[in-house]
Amino acid sequence: MAERTPLYDSHLALGAKTGPFAGYDMPLYYKDGVLQEHLWTRAQAGLFDVSHMGQAIVEGAGAVSFLERITPSSFQNKPNGRAQYTVLTNEAGGIVDDLIITRLEEQRFFLVFNAGCKDKDIGWMKAVLPDGASFQVLDTRALIALQGPKAAEALMSVFAVDTSALPYMAIMQDVDIAGAHCYVSRLGYTGEDGFEISVPGEKAALIWSALLRSEMVKPVGLAARDSLRLEMGYPLYGHDIDDTTSPVEAGLSWVMGKDNTGFIGADKVLAQKAAGPERVRVGVRLLDKGVAREGSEIRNDLDVKIGMLTSGGFSPSLEASIGMGYVPVAYAAPGTKIFVTVRGRNIAAEIAAMPFVPARTKSMKKLDTGIEKKGAVNG
Amino acid sequence: MADYKYTKDHECVFVDGQDVWVGISSYAREALGDLVYVELPEVGKSVSQGDDIAVIESVKTAAEVYAPVAGEVIAVNEAMPDDLDLIAKPVEQGGWIVKLKVADSGALDALMNSAAYEAYLKEVD
Repeated sequence: MAERTPLYDSHLALGAKTGPFAGYDMPLYYKDGVLQEHLWTRAQAGLFDVSHMGQAIVEGAGAVSFLERITPSSFQNKPNGRAQYTVLTNEAGGIVDDLIITRLEEQRFFLVFNAGCKDKDIGWMKAVLPDGASFQVLDTRALIALQGPKAAEALMSVFAVDTSALPYMAIMQDVDIAGAHCYVSRLGYTGEDGFEISVPGEKAALIWSALLRSEMVKPVGLAARDSLRLEMGYPLYGHDIDDTTSPVEAGLSWVMGKDNTGFIGADKVLAQKAAGPERVRVGVRLLDKGVAREGSEIRNDLDVKIGMLTSGGFSPSLEASIGMGYVPVAYAAPGTKIFVTVRGRNIAAEIAAMPFVPARTKSMKKLDTGIEKKGAVNG
Repeated sequence: MADYKYTKDHECVFVDGQDVWVGISSYAREALGDLVYVELPEVGKSVSQGDDIAVIESVKTAAEVYAPVAGEVIAVNEAMPDDLDLIAKPVEQGGWIVKLKVADSGALDALMNSAAYEAYLKEVD
């Protein structure tokens, strides 16, 4: 039997079409449909239930060295309140999962990782957890994403949560929303300004329905979440990145910290970074009509297979079919003409720069003191 | 009242003598959601019952349209890829995708009529 998030009944009440995702019965779309939900998020604010994702706290004197062992990022000099997108690497230099790690305090970190990898990740991380660090899974918390150009305004108008001083990729801790202790992080998976709000499960439905009372906010399902992230070129674990793709090939070298050479699989990853990868993740845009989806072959101008789409679909913003996949570096330059095979037919396409649609996230600007201070905001 | 027939895969068929106009049912339209593309077959193609004759791409998914009976493709709705709203029209009034010359009109008897299709939808829902 599929698991349900604390918002399951709220989804049904909104007329959601639900479907299985990562062991959960999740809303795929609501009454307005995928296209409208996508465009609404780009124009106003979309509300997403992402409570199926894993949340955990890592704490202790060994926390920093632990995180610099399981990821190639650096945390030693990360300011309190700063969130970092990164990956868990394996010994072969592949990716166990991608995740967000936020420094709450000197020795206290908040982790959010993929639903489909939850058990794997927890086992993986606990297996290398040193004596000086604890790992606490927050399995009673829900996670609500509010994404779109009106997200900040909606959060202010509904809960009087003032995020004007909160930069991109940063967290406000100890935010009181409806009497509940919440974490408000300014980040997301859509490329829009917006927030992921970690809330106690028992308060999730109340907070969800209150946000929906704003006329700027509409519920958005996982289907539009996928098309929104695809337009941004954000990889989806299990599709665009997995145990066999390295962060270098995936175009994620930027998550690596200069001074971190001791992470799991570092020998493989650093050698590949120095030598350059043989294949890289690229964006693909169809030039002719049709829609290419995951699994479609990418072919060169001589009709030789050079790769496969790892994601693909229709972009509502561009009204074109887009995707991503891995190709040899010789074909990776934007503008390179290729073909994508759909049901045996070659459709003209080209390598495209990502994001396909410009991101509209806020500046990451330097974190000054105050925003991560306890009690800075009250709901 | 137009004489429609239906398949279990939600094709909607309008019978016009020896020819049939093939589209999809309103149930299928709603299930597919927002359409983005329709891929049409070649005119003149011979098809067996159950062969793919077209593909409808929606934002959500790709859905095959199957030949409800064996026959020959004698026309395709060229206007549809450029005007996807046509799919919402009755099959014989613009909502058709493919027109087939039926090989054996007896095969049409095996398809569901409107009442049987309604009952079938209640069963699958």
